[in-house]
Amino acid sequence: MTPVVSLVVALLLLALAVWSVVVRDAFLAVAGFVAYGLLLSLVWVRLFGLDVALTEAAIGGGLTGALLLGAVARLRGTESKAWAERSGIVLRTVAKALALGVTAVLVLCVLALPEPAPTLAPQVAANMDATGVGNPITGVLLAFRSLDTMLEAIVLVIALIGIWSLSPEGVWGGRPGLRHHADPDGVLAYLARLLPPIGIVVGLYVFWAGADHPGGKFQGATILAAMWLLVQMAGLADAPRTDSRWLRAGVVAGPLLFIVVGLLGLWTAGAFLGYPPQWAKPMIIAIEVGLLPTLVLVLALLLNGVPARSGR
Amino acid sequence: MSVEMVFAVTACALVGIGLYGLIVQPHPLRKLVAFNVMGTGVFVLFGALARRGAAAGMPADPVPQALLITAIVVAFAATAMTVALLVRLIESTDSASLTSEQPADDVGTK
Repeated sequence: MTPVVSLVVALLLLALAVWSVVVRDAFLAVAGFVAYGLLLSLVWVRLFGLDVALTEAAIGGGLTGALLLGAVARLRGTESKAWAERSGIVLRTVAKALALGVTAVLVLCVLALPEPAPTLAPQVAANMDATGVGNPITGVLLAFRSLDTMLEAIVLVIALIGIWSLSPEGVWGGRPGLRHHADPDGVLAYLARLLPPIGIVVGLYVFWAGADHPGGKFQGATILAAMWLLVQMAGLADAPRTDSRWLRAGVVAGPLLFIVVGLLGLWTAGAFLGYPPQWAKPMIIAIEVGLLPTLVLVLALLLNGVPARSGR
Repeated sequence: MSVEMVFAVTACALVGIGLYGLIVQPHPLRKLVAFNVMGTGVFVLFGALARRGAAAGMPADPVPQALLITAIVVAFAATAMTVALLVRLIESTDSASLTSEQPADDVGTK
Protein backbone atom coordinates (compact mmCIF):
# COMPACT_ATOMS: atom_id res chain seq x y z
CA MET A 1 0.00 0.00 0.00
CA THR A 2 2.67 2.49 1.04
CA PRO A 3 4.86 2.09 -2.07
CA VAL A 4 1.75 2.52 -4.26
CA VAL A 5 1.01 5.93 -2.67
CA SER A 6 4.65 6.98 -3.15
CA LEU A 7 4.58 5.79 -6.74
CA VAL A 8 1.42 7.82 -7.47
CA VAL A 9 2.95 10.92 -5.82
CA ALA A 10 6.13 10.44 -7.85
CA LEU A 11 4.23 10.12 -11.14
CA LEU A 12 2.09 13.18 -10.37
CA LEU A 13 5.25 15.10 -9.51
CA LEU A 14 6.86 14.16 -12.82
CA ALA A 15 3.69 15.05 -14.75
CA LEU A 16 3.51 18.49 -13.09
CA ALA A 17 7.23 19.09 -13.72
CA VAL A 18 6.81 18.31 -17.44
CA TRP A 19 3.68 20.48 -17.53
CA SER A 20 5.37 23.53 -15.98
CA VAL A 21 8.36 23.16 -18.31
CA VAL A 22 6.64 22.60 -21.68
CA VAL A 23 3.15 24.19 -21.51
CA ARG A 24 2.88 27.24 -23.75
CA ASP A 25 1.15 29.72 -21.43
CA ALA A 26 3.47 31.13 -18.74
CA PHE A 27 0.64 31.56 -16.23
CA LEU A 28 -0.34 27.88 -16.57
CA ALA A 29 3.32 26.92 -16.17
CA VAL A 30 3.64 28.89 -12.93
CA ALA A 31 0.29 27.56 -11.64
CA GLY A 32 1.60 24.06 -12.33
CA PHE A 33 4.80 24.89 -10.47
CA VAL A 34 2.86 26.04 -7.38
CA ALA A 35 0.95 22.73 -7.33
CA TYR A 36 4.30 20.99 -7.84
CA GLY A 37 5.72 22.78 -4.77
CA LEU A 38 2.79 21.67 -2.62
CA LEU A 39 3.10 18.09 -3.87
CA LEU A 40 6.79 18.22 -3.00
CA SER A 41 5.89 18.73 0.67
CA LEU A 42 4.08 15.38 0.47
CA VAL A 43 7.32 13.86 -0.84
CA TRP A 44 9.16 15.27 2.19
CA VAL A 45 6.56 13.76 4.53
CA ARG A 46 7.07 10.37 2.87
CA LEU A 47 10.84 10.80 3.26
CA PHE A 48 10.36 11.55 6.99
CA GLY A 49 11.47 15.16 6.72
CA LEU A 50 8.60 16.96 8.46
CA ASP A 51 10.69 20.11 9.01
CA VAL A 52 11.64 20.13 5.34
CA ALA A 53 7.98 19.56 4.39
CA LEU A 54 6.91 22.63 6.39
CA THR A 55 9.66 24.74 4.82
CA GLU A 56 8.80 23.52 1.33
CA ALA A 57 5.08 24.24 1.77
CA ALA A 58 5.76 27.70 3.22
CA ILE A 59 8.68 28.89 1.09
CA GLY A 60 9.02 26.53 -1.89
CA GLY A 61 5.27 26.40 -2.63
CA GLY A 62 3.90 29.54 -1.00
CA LEU A 63 6.41 32.39 -1.26
CA THR A 64 8.07 31.25 -4.52
CA GLY A 65 4.61 30.70 -6.02
CA ALA A 66 3.43 34.18 -5.04
CA LEU A 67 6.68 35.66 -6.39
CA LEU A 68 6.38 33.89 -9.75
CA LEU A 69 2.65 34.66 -10.12
CA GLY A 70 3.44 38.33 -9.50
CA ALA A 71 6.20 38.15 -12.12
CA VAL A 72 3.89 36.54 -14.71
CA ALA A 73 1.39 39.35 -14.26
CA ARG A 74 4.10 41.96 -14.91
CA LEU A 75 5.65 40.11 -17.84
CA ARG A 76 2.46 39.69 -19.87
CA GLY A 77 2.98 40.91 -23.38
CA THR A 78 6.57 39.69 -23.67
CA GLU A 79 5.47 36.08 -23.94
CA SER A 80 4.35 35.77 -27.55
CA LYS A 81 7.51 37.49 -28.79
CA ALA A 82 9.68 35.15 -26.74
CA TRP A 83 7.67 32.15 -27.96
CA ALA A 84 8.58 33.09 -31.53
CA GLU A 85 12.24 32.75 -30.53
CA ARG A 86 11.81 29.21 -29.25
CA SER A 87 14.40 26.65 -30.16
CA GLY A 88 14.23 24.74 -33.43
CA ILE A 89 13.67 21.02 -33.75
CA VAL A 90 17.42 20.25 -33.88
CA LEU A 91 18.24 22.04 -30.64
CA ARG A 92 15.19 20.50 -28.97
CA THR A 93 16.31 17.01 -29.98
CA VAL A 94 19.83 17.67 -28.72
CA ALA A 95 18.41 19.07 -25.44
CA LYS A 96 16.22 15.98 -25.03
CA ALA A 97 19.21 13.71 -25.57
CA LEU A 98 21.29 15.73 -23.10
CA ALA A 99 18.51 15.68 -20.48
CA LEU A 100 18.05 11.93 -20.91
CA GLY A 101 21.81 11.42 -20.66
CA VAL A 102 22.08 13.43 -17.43
CA THR A 103 19.10 11.55 -15.95
CA ALA A 104 20.60 8.18 -16.96
CA VAL A 105 23.99 8.99 -15.39
CA LEU A 106 22.28 10.15 -12.17
CA VAL A 107 20.14 6.99 -12.02
CA LEU A 108 23.29 4.86 -12.47
CA CYS A 109 24.92 6.77 -9.58
CA VAL A 110 21.82 6.22 -7.41
CA LEU A 111 21.84 2.48 -8.16
CA ALA A 112 25.54 2.33 -7.28
CA LEU A 113 25.13 3.95 -3.85
CA PRO A 114 27.14 2.26 -1.07
CA GLU A 115 25.50 -0.08 1.43
CA PRO A 116 25.06 0.64 4.29
CA ALA A 117 24.40 4.33 3.64
CA PRO A 118 26.80 6.76 5.35
CA THR A 119 25.04 8.66 8.11
CA LEU A 120 25.73 11.25 10.78
CA ALA A 121 22.59 10.38 12.76
CA PRO A 122 24.47 8.46 15.53
CA GLN A 123 26.80 11.44 16.12
CA VAL A 124 23.81 13.79 16.27
CA ALA A 125 22.00 11.45 18.69
CA ALA A 126 25.10 11.20 20.89
CA ASN A 127 25.53 14.98 21.15
CA MET A 128 21.91 16.18 21.26
CA ASP A 129 21.89 16.39 25.06
CA ALA A 130 24.58 19.06 24.99
CA THR A 131 22.39 21.41 22.95
CA GLY A 132 19.35 21.33 25.25
CA VAL A 133 16.90 21.19 22.32
CA GLY A 134 14.79 18.15 21.44
CA ASN A 135 14.40 18.55 17.65
CA PRO A 136 17.55 17.16 15.96
CA ILE A 137 17.03 19.45 12.94
CA THR A 138 17.10 22.52 15.18
CA GLY A 139 20.15 21.05 16.89
CA VAL A 140 21.94 20.75 13.56
CA LEU A 141 20.80 24.19 12.32
CA LEU A 142 21.76 26.10 15.46
CA ALA A 143 24.52 24.08 17.11
CA PHE A 144 26.36 21.56 14.94
CA ARG A 145 26.11 23.48 11.65
CA SER A 146 25.28 26.94 12.97
CA LEU A 147 27.86 28.52 10.65
CA ASP A 148 25.66 27.47 7.68
CA THR A 149 22.61 29.08 9.26
CA MET A 150 24.54 32.29 9.95
CA LEU A 151 25.78 32.51 6.35
CA GLU A 152 22.25 31.77 5.13
CA ALA A 153 20.86 34.73 7.09
CA ILE A 154 23.61 36.89 5.57
CA VAL A 155 22.82 35.59 2.05
CA LEU A 156 19.20 36.69 2.52
CA VAL A 157 20.33 40.21 3.45
CA ILE A 158 22.72 40.32 0.47
CA ALA A 159 19.92 39.23 -1.89
CA LEU A 160 17.76 42.04 -0.49
CA ILE A 161 20.56 44.58 -1.02
CA GLY A 162 20.90 43.23 -4.57
CA ILE A 163 17.19 43.76 -5.26
CA TRP A 164 17.21 47.25 -3.77
CA SER A 165 20.22 48.19 -5.89
CA LEU A 166 18.11 47.61 -9.00
CA SER A 167 15.87 50.56 -8.16
CA PRO A 168 15.59 53.08 -11.01
CA GLU A 169 17.17 56.50 -10.62
CA GLY A 170 15.27 58.87 -8.38
CA VAL A 171 13.36 56.32 -6.33
CA TRP A 172 16.25 54.84 -4.32
CA GLY A 173 14.91 54.28 -0.84
CA GLY A 174 11.30 54.50 -2.01
CA ARG A 175 8.49 52.03 -1.63
CA PRO A 176 8.60 48.78 -3.63
CA GLY A 177 5.99 47.73 -6.17
CA LEU A 178 2.62 49.27 -6.85
CA ARG A 179 0.28 50.46 -4.16
CA HIS A 180 -2.44 47.84 -3.86
CA HIS A 181 -6.05 48.91 -3.84
CA ALA A 182 -8.86 46.55 -2.99
CA ASP A 183 -12.52 47.00 -2.28
CA PRO A 184 -12.56 47.96 1.44
CA ASP A 185 -15.75 45.92 1.89
CA GLY A 186 -14.54 43.03 -0.30
CA VAL A 187 -13.51 39.52 0.64
CA LEU A 188 -9.76 40.30 0.44
CA ALA A 189 -9.98 43.22 2.88
CA TYR A 190 -12.20 41.11 5.15
CA LEU A 191 -9.67 38.25 5.17
CA ALA A 192 -6.81 40.70 5.69
CA ARG A 193 -8.54 41.81 8.89
CA LEU A 194 -9.63 38.36 10.01
CA LEU A 195 -6.57 36.19 9.30
CA PRO A 196 -3.55 38.12 10.68
CA PRO A 197 -4.39 37.65 14.40
CA ILE A 198 -4.78 33.90 13.81
CA GLY A 199 -1.75 33.78 11.50
CA ILE A 200 0.46 35.61 14.01
CA VAL A 201 -0.43 33.12 16.77
CA VAL A 202 0.14 30.14 14.44
CA GLY A 203 3.44 31.63 13.17
CA LEU A 204 4.75 32.23 16.69
CA TYR A 205 3.64 28.74 17.75
CA VAL A 206 5.44 27.11 14.80
CA PHE A 207 8.51 29.18 15.69
CA TRP A 208 8.44 28.24 19.38
CA ALA A 209 7.56 24.56 18.81
CA GLY A 210 10.67 24.27 16.60
CA ALA A 211 12.87 23.61 19.65
CA ASP A 212 11.35 20.19 20.27
CA HIS A 213 8.98 19.45 17.36
CA PRO A 214 8.95 20.02 13.60
CA GLY A 215 8.86 23.74 12.94
CA GLY A 216 11.23 26.60 13.54
CA LYS A 217 12.13 30.14 12.68
CA PHE A 218 12.04 29.87 8.86
CA GLN A 219 8.59 28.28 8.78
CA GLY A 220 7.25 30.62 11.47
CA ALA A 221 8.80 33.69 9.82
CA THR A 222 7.21 32.77 6.48
CA ILE A 223 3.74 32.60 8.04
CA LEU A 224 4.28 35.98 9.74
CA ALA A 225 5.62 37.52 6.51
CA ALA A 226 2.60 36.14 4.62
CA MET A 227 0.28 37.90 7.07
CA TRP A 228 2.07 41.21 6.49
CA LEU A 229 1.91 40.72 2.71
CA LEU A 230 -1.82 39.91 2.94
CA VAL A 231 -2.45 43.22 4.72
CA GLN A 232 -0.42 45.00 1.99
CA MET A 233 -2.27 43.27 -0.86
CA ALA A 234 -5.64 44.22 0.61
CA GLY A 235 -4.49 47.86 0.57
CA LEU A 236 -4.84 48.20 4.35
CA ALA A 237 -1.16 49.16 4.74
CA ASP A 238 1.46 50.27 2.25
CA ALA A 239 4.79 48.55 1.69
CA PRO A 240 7.45 50.21 3.86
CA ARG A 241 9.91 52.81 2.55
CA THR A 242 13.20 51.00 2.04
CA ASP A 243 15.23 53.90 3.46
CA SER A 244 13.45 53.85 6.83
CA ARG A 245 15.92 53.44 9.67
CA TRP A 246 13.92 50.95 11.75
CA LEU A 247 13.52 48.75 8.70
CA ARG A 248 17.21 48.71 7.87
CA ALA A 249 18.15 48.17 11.52
CA GLY A 250 15.71 45.23 11.66
CA VAL A 251 17.16 43.73 8.50
CA VAL A 252 20.73 43.59 9.86
CA ALA A 253 19.87 42.96 13.54
CA GLY A 254 19.49 39.17 13.24
CA PRO A 255 22.76 38.38 11.44
CA LEU A 256 24.57 40.92 13.65
CA LEU A 257 23.30 39.24 16.82
CA PHE A 258 24.34 35.87 15.36
CA ILE A 259 27.88 37.19 14.79
CA VAL A 260 28.02 38.68 18.30
CA VAL A 261 26.95 35.34 19.83
CA GLY A 262 29.56 33.64 17.64
CA LEU A 263 32.30 35.98 18.92
CA LEU A 264 31.12 35.42 22.51
CA GLY A 265 31.65 31.71 21.87
CA LEU A 266 35.24 32.46 20.89
CA TRP A 267 35.75 33.91 24.33
CA THR A 268 33.64 31.56 26.50
CA ALA A 269 33.97 28.22 24.67
CA GLY A 270 37.17 28.66 22.69
CA ALA A 271 35.61 28.48 19.22
CA PHE A 272 33.61 30.79 16.94
CA LEU A 273 29.93 29.91 17.49
CA GLY A 274 30.88 27.53 20.31
CA TYR A 275 28.53 27.44 23.28
CA PRO A 276 29.63 26.77 26.88
CA PRO A 277 27.72 23.56 27.86
CA GLN A 278 25.26 24.99 30.39
CA TRP A 279 24.58 28.03 28.20
CA ALA A 280 23.79 26.23 24.93
CA LYS A 281 20.00 26.45 25.13
CA PRO A 282 19.78 30.14 26.20
CA MET A 283 22.21 31.10 23.43
CA ILE A 284 20.27 29.10 20.82
CA ILE A 285 17.04 30.76 21.94
CA ALA A 286 18.71 34.19 21.80
CA ILE A 287 19.76 33.57 18.18
CA GLU A 288 16.33 32.24 17.23
CA VAL A 289 14.47 35.16 18.82
CA GLY A 290 16.92 37.67 17.31
CA LEU A 291 16.71 36.10 13.86
CA LEU A 292 12.89 35.87 13.69
CA PRO A 293 12.07 39.60 13.11
CA THR A 294 14.89 39.84 10.54
CA LEU A 295 13.58 36.82 8.64
CA VAL A 296 10.00 38.16 8.64
CA LEU A 297 11.22 41.52 7.29
CA VAL A 298 13.62 40.08 4.70
CA LEU A 299 11.23 37.41 3.36
CA ALA A 300 8.43 39.97 2.92
CA LEU A 301 10.78 42.58 1.40
CA LEU A 302 12.26 40.03 -1.04
CA LEU A 303 8.71 39.46 -2.27
CA ASN A 304 7.93 43.20 -2.36
CA GLY A 305 10.76 43.63 -4.86
CA VAL A 306 12.49 46.64 -6.35
CA PRO A 307 11.71 50.13 -4.99
CA ALA A 308 9.56 51.70 -7.71
CA ARG A 309 7.99 54.91 -6.35
CA SER A 310 9.20 57.63 -4.03
CA GLY A 311 5.99 57.37 -1.99
CA ARG A 312 6.54 60.50 0.08
CA MET B 1 11.72 -0.89 -4.62
CA SER B 2 11.82 1.10 -1.41
CA VAL B 3 10.16 4.51 -1.03
CA GLU B 4 13.46 6.40 -0.95
CA MET B 5 14.66 4.67 -4.13
CA VAL B 6 11.40 5.57 -5.92
CA PHE B 7 11.95 9.22 -5.05
CA ALA B 8 15.69 9.09 -5.79
CA VAL B 9 14.97 7.92 -9.35
CA THR B 10 12.14 10.49 -9.67
CA ALA B 11 14.62 13.17 -8.60
CA CYS B 12 17.03 12.16 -11.38
CA ALA B 13 14.20 12.56 -13.91
CA LEU B 14 13.27 15.96 -12.43
CA VAL B 15 16.84 17.19 -12.99
CA GLY B 16 16.59 16.06 -16.62
CA ILE B 17 13.18 17.72 -17.15
CA GLY B 18 14.44 20.99 -15.64
CA LEU B 19 17.60 20.92 -17.76
CA TYR B 20 15.52 20.43 -20.93
CA GLY B 21 13.29 23.40 -20.09
CA LEU B 22 16.29 25.55 -19.20
CA ILE B 23 17.75 24.96 -22.67
CA VAL B 24 14.70 25.13 -24.93
CA GLN B 25 12.43 27.74 -23.29
CA PRO B 26 13.31 31.19 -24.65
CA HIS B 27 11.49 33.30 -22.05
CA PRO B 28 13.68 34.03 -18.99
CA LEU B 29 10.76 33.47 -16.58
CA ARG B 30 10.24 30.01 -18.06
CA LYS B 31 13.97 29.34 -17.72
CA LEU B 32 13.67 30.34 -14.06
CA VAL B 33 10.78 27.91 -13.47
CA ALA B 34 12.73 25.16 -15.25
CA PHE B 35 15.81 25.93 -13.17
CA ASN B 36 13.71 25.67 -10.01
CA VAL B 37 12.40 22.26 -11.17
CA MET B 38 16.02 21.19 -11.66
CA GLY B 39 16.95 22.53 -8.21
CA THR B 40 14.09 20.70 -6.49
CA GLY B 41 15.28 17.54 -8.26
CA VAL B 42 18.63 17.94 -6.53
CA PHE B 43 16.83 18.58 -3.21
CA VAL B 44 14.67 15.44 -3.53
CA LEU B 45 17.75 13.35 -4.36
CA PHE B 46 19.48 14.74 -1.29
CA GLY B 47 16.36 14.06 0.80
CA ALA B 48 16.23 10.45 -0.41
CA LEU B 49 19.89 10.04 0.60
CA ALA B 50 19.00 11.51 4.03
CA ARG B 51 16.25 8.89 4.39
CA ARG B 52 18.74 6.14 3.55
CA GLY B 53 20.87 7.40 6.45
CA ALA B 54 18.21 6.49 9.04
CA ALA B 55 20.04 5.33 12.16
CA ALA B 56 20.19 5.70 15.94
CA GLY B 57 16.40 5.75 16.25
CA MET B 58 16.04 8.67 13.83
CA PRO B 59 13.87 8.10 10.74
CA ALA B 60 16.39 9.99 8.58
CA ASP B 61 19.83 11.60 8.84
CA PRO B 62 19.09 15.07 10.31
CA VAL B 63 22.25 16.74 8.95
CA PRO B 64 21.28 16.67 5.24
CA GLN B 65 17.69 17.51 6.21
CA ALA B 66 18.83 20.65 8.02
CA LEU B 67 20.99 21.59 5.01
CA LEU B 68 17.88 21.12 2.82
CA ILE B 69 16.01 23.75 4.85
CA THR B 70 18.93 26.13 4.29
CA ALA B 71 18.95 25.24 0.59
CA ILE B 72 15.22 25.91 0.11
CA VAL B 73 15.52 29.34 1.74
CA VAL B 74 18.61 30.28 -0.29
CA ALA B 75 16.90 29.07 -3.50
CA PHE B 76 13.99 31.38 -2.70
CA ALA B 77 16.38 34.34 -2.20
CA ALA B 78 18.07 33.61 -5.54
CA THR B 79 14.69 33.30 -7.29
CA ALA B 80 13.54 36.63 -5.83
CA MET B 81 16.76 38.27 -7.01
CA THR B 82 16.32 36.80 -10.52
CA VAL B 83 12.68 37.96 -10.75
CA ALA B 84 13.76 41.48 -9.77
CA LEU B 85 16.47 41.47 -12.48
CA LEU B 86 13.95 40.21 -15.02
CA VAL B 87 11.29 42.80 -14.23
CA ARG B 88 13.92 45.54 -14.54
CA LEU B 89 15.16 44.08 -17.84
CA ILE B 90 11.67 44.22 -19.27
CA GLU B 91 10.91 47.68 -17.86
CA SER B 92 14.08 49.15 -19.38
CA THR B 93 14.16 47.34 -22.76
CA ASP B 94 10.46 46.44 -23.32
CA SER B 95 11.56 42.96 -24.27
CA ALA B 96 12.30 39.72 -22.48
CA SER B 97 14.63 38.53 -25.19
CA LEU B 98 18.01 37.13 -24.14
CA THR B 99 19.44 37.05 -27.67
CA SER B 100 22.38 39.37 -28.17
CA GLU B 101 21.50 40.98 -31.51
CA GLN B 102 19.18 43.99 -31.34
CA PRO B 103 17.00 45.54 -34.01
CA ALA B 104 19.04 47.96 -36.16
CA ASP B 105 17.21 51.13 -35.04
CA ASP B 106 17.86 50.24 -31.41
CA VAL B 107 21.63 49.99 -31.67
CA GLY B 108 23.40 52.99 -30.25
CA THR B 109 20.56 54.10 -28.00
CA LYS B 110 21.16 51.37 -25.47
